[in-house]
Amino acid sequence: MLNAANPADPMLRIAGLNSWYGESHILHGVDFDVREGEVVTLLGRNGAGKTTTMKSIMGLVPRREGSIRFKGAETASMRPDGIARAGIAFCPEERGIFASLSVTENLMLPPQIAPGGMSVAEIYTLFPNLKERSGSQGTKLSGGEQQMLAIGRILRTGARLLLLDEPTEGLAPVIVQQIGRTIREIKARGFTVLLVEQNFRFAATVADRHYVMEHGRVIDMIPNSELSANMDKLHEYLGV
Amino acid sequence: MISIFGVPGPLLFGQLSLGLINGAFYALLSLGLAVIFGMLNIINFAHGALFMLGAFASWMLLVPNTWLAMISPGLSVPDWLSLGYWPALVVAPVLVGAFGLLLERTVIRRLYKLDHLYGLLLTFGMALIIEGLARNAFGSSGMPYRTPDALQGPVNLGFMFMPKYRLWVLLAAGGMCLLTWFLIERTQLGARLRAATENPDLVQAFGVNVPRMISLTYAGGVALAAFAGVLAAPIYSVNPNMGSNFIITVFAVVVIGGMGSILGSIVTGFGLGIVEGLTKVFYPQASATVIFVVMVIVLLARPAGLFGKAA
Repeated sequence: MLNAANPADPMLRIAGLNSWYGESHILHGVDFDVREGEVVTLLGRNGAGKTTTMKSIMGLVPRREGSIRFKGAETASMRPDGIARAGIAFCPEERGIFASLSVTENLMLPPQIAPGGMSVAEIYTLFPNLKERSGSQGTKLSGGEQQMLAIGRILRTGARLLLLDEPTEGLAPVIVQQIGRTIREIKARGFTVLLVEQNFRFAATVADRHYVMEHGRVIDMIPNSELSANMDKLHEYLGV
Repeated sequence: MISIFGVPGPLLFGQLSLGLINGAFYALLSLGLAVIFGMLNIINFAHGALFMLGAFASWMLLVPNTWLAMISPGLSVPDWLSLGYWPALVVAPVLVGAFGLLLERTVIRRLYKLDHLYGLLLTFGMALIIEGLARNAFGSSGMPYRTPDALQGPVNLGFMFMPKYRLWVLLAAGGMCLLTWFLIERTQLGARLRAATENPDLVQAFGVNVPRMISLTYAGGVALAAFAGVLAAPIYSVNPNMGSNFIITVFAVVVIGGMGSILGSIVTGFGLGIVEGLTKVFYPQASATVIFVVMVIVLLARPAGLFGKAA
C-alpha cells in the first residue's frame, strides 16, 4: 500500500477505530490512511459506516476508541473544535446550511484556523451562483447551490484536509459535474480530500484510491487505476 | 385641555408612559430569556431573581458600609467602593453575570440533554433559594433607592411632563435592546450564536468553542436581567420579591412574542406595556389580566407566538 513516490507519513492514519451510538456498535476496527494531496473515497452500501467514520474523525459521535492520527498527532480524544483547529474541515451529508443565516453569513461562519485558505473572491469564482445570491437566506438556495455553499465555506478556513460526505447526493448531473470539477480544482490547489460516495462512477472521476467499507470495517482498497479491472468485485461489494 | 376619546390627555399620556416603562422592563427581561432559551434550551425561571440581584447589587454598591454594618457591626470597606448609580450600571450586570456564569458551569449545564421541564424546575428552585436568601438577609420590606441627582425632577416633552428618570429608563432600555438585537442579528459573533442555536455540533466541528459560547450566552442573558434590575431600583423599591412580581408577566410576554425570538421579545415587551397602560385608562378593572387575555388569544390563533416559527 505504500506509494514509493510519497514516502512521508500519511496525513491521516486511522487504526482500530471503534464507534458507538448508545448501545449500537457501528464501527468495528476501521483502518485506513490518507496521504497529503490525495483524494480518497470511502465506498460502501448504506449502513456500512462511512458517515460514522467521518463523524468519528470529527469527534461527533458519542463514543469512539482507537487511533486517529492527523499529521502525526493523536486526535481520538479531542473535542470537535480542537480537531477542526488542528486543520480538518467537515462538510456533512445533510449540508448543514443554517436557515437563520444569509449565504454570506454561512460562508463566513467557520473561523479561520490557519493561513492559506481560499479567499472569498476565489470561492465566488469557483461558484459564481453563490455571489449572485449572497444576500439570500441560506436554505432558500437550490440543493446544488447549498452543496456549493457547504463546500465553499470550508475552503476559506485554512484547513488542509477536507471531509466531504456524499457531496453529489440528490443533485442533477450537471451539478454533479460541477462538484467533480471543484474537487479536481481543490486537489490541484494541494488540498487533501476524504470523500464518502455511493456513486463510484463519480468517485472514479476524482479519486486516487478507494476504500470499500462493509459492516463497520474497511474490507478492501482499490487504486483508481485498477478500478476497471476490479469492476466485478466492486459490483459485488456495493450490490449494484 | 386636550382630550382623546373623552379621556383627558395628561391621564392618557401618563398611563402610556407608565405602560412604556413597564414595557421596557418586559422587553429587557424577555430578551434575556429569549437569548438563553435559544442557545441553552433552558426556560430560565431564575430570571426574575437575577433581575432582583441586579437591583440589590446596585443598591449595595451605593453605600456598601450601610448594609455591611447591618450584617456585622464594625465591618466596613473604604469609601471609594461607594460607586453610586452610574458605575453600578456596568458593575452590577458584570457581577451578576459572573454569578450566572458560575450557575451555568456548576449546575445548569448538567441539564442540557434532558427535557425542558428539568431546566424549568431547577431554575425555579434556584429562584426560590436566591429570593429566600435575600429575604433572610434584608427582610421583605424593601430598600429605598434615591434617584441619581442628574435625573431628578421632570422634563417637559411639550405634550406632557415626564420624570427625567423615566425618560432615561426608556432610552437606556431601548438602547440596550437595539444593541443586543444588533449584536445577534448583524455581527459575526451573532451569526455564530444563531448557527449554534440551530446546530451546535456542526458549529463546534467548524472550530468554535461552543460550550464556552453557551456559558457566556447565559452570563449575557443574566447580565441583561441585572441591567434591568439596576434601572428598576430607583422606580420600584429594592426588595426580594421585585423579580417574582415581574416574571409571570414576562413569561406571558415571551409566549406571546414567540419563544426564542429576539425581535419578538422587544416588540412584544414594549407593545404589551402600552396595551397594559391603555387598559388602565379605558377599563382599569382589566389592567391586571389584559396581558393574559392577549396570551390566550395569541396561543389559540398562533401557537408559536407572534414572531415565533412553527416547530
